[in-house]
Amino acid sequence: MRSRIRDLWRTLREPSRFFSLGFLVVGGFIGGIVFWGGFNTALEATNTETFCVSCHEMHDNPFEELKTTIHYTNRSGVRATCPDCHVPHDWTDKIARKMQASKEVWGWLFGTIDTQEEFREHRRVMAMREWARLQANDSLECRNCHGESFMDFTRQSTRAAEAHEQFLVSGEKTCIDCHKGIAHRLPDMGGVASR
Amino acid sequence: MIIRTLFLAVALAAAAAAALAQEPVGRDWVATMRLDALTEEGEAPRMPEVENRDLRRVRNYPEQPPTIPHKIDGYQIDMNFNKCLDCHSRSATGESQAPMVSITHFMDRDGQFLAAVSPRRYFCNQCHVVQHETEAPVENTFEDIDTLLEREAAGGQD
Repeated sequence: MRSRIRDLWRTLREPSRFFSLGFLVVGGFIGGIVFWGGFNTALEATNTETFCVSCHEMHDNPFEELKTTIHYTNRSGVRATCPDCHVPHDWTDKIARKMQASKEVWGWLFGTIDTQEEFREHRRVMAMREWARLQANDSLECRNCHGESFMDFTRQSTRAAEAHEQFLVSGEKTCIDCHKGIAHRLPDMGGVASR
Repeated sequence: MIIRTLFLAVALAAAAAAALAQEPVGRDWVATMRLDALTEEGEAPRMPEVENRDLRRVRNYPEQPPTIPHKIDGYQIDMNFNKCLDCHSRSATGESQAPMVSITHFMDRDGQFLAAVSPRRYFCNQCHVVQHETEAPVENTFEDIDTLLEREAAGGQD
């Protein structure tokens, strides 16, 4: 076993004996394209709502709740899908989130949330994790669509305009501080500041 | 005999047709919510908008639960959370500048005041409702107490 590893290491360190330099460069380049394309395609495939709701726990719980909200159905027909809010759009952050999400694969494999009751039990922990994430990145996923500088306060209700002027523009609060539970039902909010 | 019956039937039918033709149709006539003939599929009226002006409305009598002057779409009120209290609870009013839930809502059935809203007053929209931007289908002849008192002072009846 050890000798075989040593052989492989020696082969890797030595110059190529049969393949030309041109073949290796071009082949490596093409191979790289194929590999990177495949990687990105697979990554994007896991970044779709179809993929998210392919698990019954996602399909029967959070997705059902989303359907009643304005982020799913509204007058203009523009809607948010799961990754729009739950996965950062920038590549580095996206990869970081994807690595964290491997823990969710673990949960899926071992059936952490198999029933609605289990979903409700875990809801608070999961919700707090998302709130903390959005508070830390200044509600980045909200702001990917909702630009504060493009909000026409005159088109908002008095209540909304005043609150946005006082808390959002001043930077005192970020979107998620007030807008919790806009896409899914809220857990027991005892001890959580919902404003 | 047969002729007389036939004549009667025709007369009755004519009278019924005349009565049907005279029946007023529209908002003034609300004997039924269905204004189309039984054989016709009526067009559903448009759903009116909820008034969202944030302006308090006058109550018609002091005990009236105030109506909600804003949209409450998707507000969650269940054992986990009450979206209304998010702004209208005692501790929230400083930040939200919303009117506080009346102290009567803190009272339990024995008249004891609790520390927070009593469970029997927890479900806000059992009494408080939004108003829609639409005409009332039935005319309302309600007069408030001030109007009645004024009329009596002026020497009128009632």
